[in-house]
Amino acid sequence: MTDAIQEAVEAFIIENFLFGDTTQAIAGMDSLIENGIVDSTGVLELVAFIEDRYGIAVADADIVPANLDSVARITAFIASRSAALAAA
Amino acid sequence: MRVEEFLIANGAARPTKTALVTERVRLRYDELDDLASRLAAALAANGVGRGDRVLVFMDNCWEAAVSIFAVLKAGAVFSPINASTKADKLAYLIGDCEPAAILTQAKLMPVVSRARSLSSRPLFIASTPAPSGLVPQDAASFEDCLATAPVPVGHGGADTDLAMLIYTSGSTGRPKGVMMTHRNVDAAAESITSYLRNSADDVILNVLPLAFDYGLYQLLMAVRLGATLVLEKSFAFPQAIFERIRAEQVTGFPLVPTMAALILQMRDLAPGFLPSLRYVSNTAAALPPVHIARLRELFPGVRLYSMYGLTECKRCTYLPPEELDRRPGSVGIAIPATEALVLDDAGNRVPPGVAGELVIRGPHVMQGYWRNEAATRQMLRPGPPPWGRQLHTGDLFRTDEEGFLYFVGRKDDIIKTRGEKVAPKEVEAVLHAHPGIAEAVVTGMPDPILGHAIAALVVRSDEALSERDIVRHCAMHLEDFMVPKLIAFHNELPKTETGKVSRRLAAEVLGAAR
Repeated sequence: MTDAIQEAVEAFIIENFLFGDTTQAIAGMDSLIENGIVDSTGVLELVAFIEDRYGIAVADADIVPANLDSVARITAFIASRSAALAAA
Repeated sequence: MRVEEFLIANGAARPTKTALVTERVRLRYDELDDLASRLAAALAANGVGRGDRVLVFMDNCWEAAVSIFAVLKAGAVFSPINASTKADKLAYLIGDCEPAAILTQAKLMPVVSRARSLSSRPLFIASTPAPSGLVPQDAASFEDCLATAPVPVGHGGADTDLAMLIYTSGSTGRPKGVMMTHRNVDAAAESITSYLRNSADDVILNVLPLAFDYGLYQLLMAVRLGATLVLEKSFAFPQAIFERIRAEQVTGFPLVPTMAALILQMRDLAPGFLPSLRYVSNTAAALPPVHIARLRELFPGVRLYSMYGLTECKRCTYLPPEELDRRPGSVGIAIPATEALVLDDAGNRVPPGVAGELVIRGPHVMQGYWRNEAATRQMLRPGPPPWGRQLHTGDLFRTDEEGFLYFVGRKDDIIKTRGEKVAPKEVEAVLHAHPGIAEAVVTGMPDPILGHAIAALVVRSDEALSERDIVRHCAMHLEDFMVPKLIAFHNELPKTETGKVSRRLAAEVLGAAR
């Protein structure tokens, strides 16, 4: 399941922040902020994507680098919240 | 007093005081001073002399702070360059100011290498290492430079020398280098810190780019005061910044309206959630009075300063916080020891309520634009002695009966988005460079978060060209804040009766397209 999430996250980032440019490789662990891929308004778009696509409620306190600053972290965040939703 | 003396003085007077805090590194005043001396000696050994320009092309990192003071200690002139600058523009800047050196980060070396290949002057380039520890090819090691013996550079410079060149956009689309001397910086810093009531006890948090004078001066003023600067790269994760503010007991938090809008969108913030804050400041664009009111609720007891300025004089006005109840829409009065006047086209003061151009006099006014006499003459015109020149801001203002100032609008087409200036012509030039675009016109559309969003009306020569293709093309050649957020296609551009492309009509068409 996490593979599907990771692909979806990568696709979203490529589409919305790199405008389809697949030549700039984003490794799973690369910081999106350090690499200038996402800025402050970009983070809001990312949160909207997570909420709309996966039905996860993202609280203000969740919007931190530990959860969102790389493809790997975003994937893990979505996976863990989805599991919690499924278990509820 | 020369600007590096701020650091030298505090290196001696308060050596163990924390000067700079970043995510991973903390530097005391003596350490910051020592590192700057070492890098200065390395610059001098590599051909950088008095009056030479050095580009500091980095994001907000401790290395940038060290670099700025090192360049000054070498007697040279620093120019901080936004880290999202692309190769064509960097090449233009290199051609314009002919630097002797560029100090940069490994992640930005690809841009530097591409820019260099477009020009061929000899340049000393030093780069920080990549995460792997390797220094990029074609660059000297920044870390090795920091190991140089800190022998003072005998540059013989005076405080009337240039300290910095800050590039700013103008309506012609080509960036211009605002020239500021050491005296300009000292005067501006003295004036600003006095109305903010800053002291060495302040802990200032800066997320604004050091390439932007508002962000840069947080560093310069903190060091001048002997205060502590907490340097962050971005406001993308506000919660992380709030945690930083609490952990470091931050007292001063400079904002731009986009940051205020993001904070006010957050749902779970309780009033007083940042109890250490003493003041919050705003400039770059106006804070809507509704946002001012809500910020005052979130930050009870915190002094909120609405301010206005331009790079050409650093800052023009501030509103004493006591006036916020009476006139929240005002940007206040001239900063201490300066003058701010509203004049008509003949140079006479206009009565209250009438719009005129804001004209500034004082020791903070720039020396001019680097190697651009014509543009300088447009902005700096003869004024009364002892200053001799006054700055015509190109902004329309009015005063009220008590002499408080209100921003009315721009005289030219500059768009303010996310607090940054964007010249429509600069974006249009990039659009016109795309083979699939026949014509384009760019305007600003009001936006609740950005202030204004960049929008483009495009006539295609290639019908297959998509919005995404265009945005991608722009992202490759422009800084992130200049990339259009909205693109609409038309068969022709709207024109006035005289046949000139009309930005105003384009704005109407784009407004309807949203």
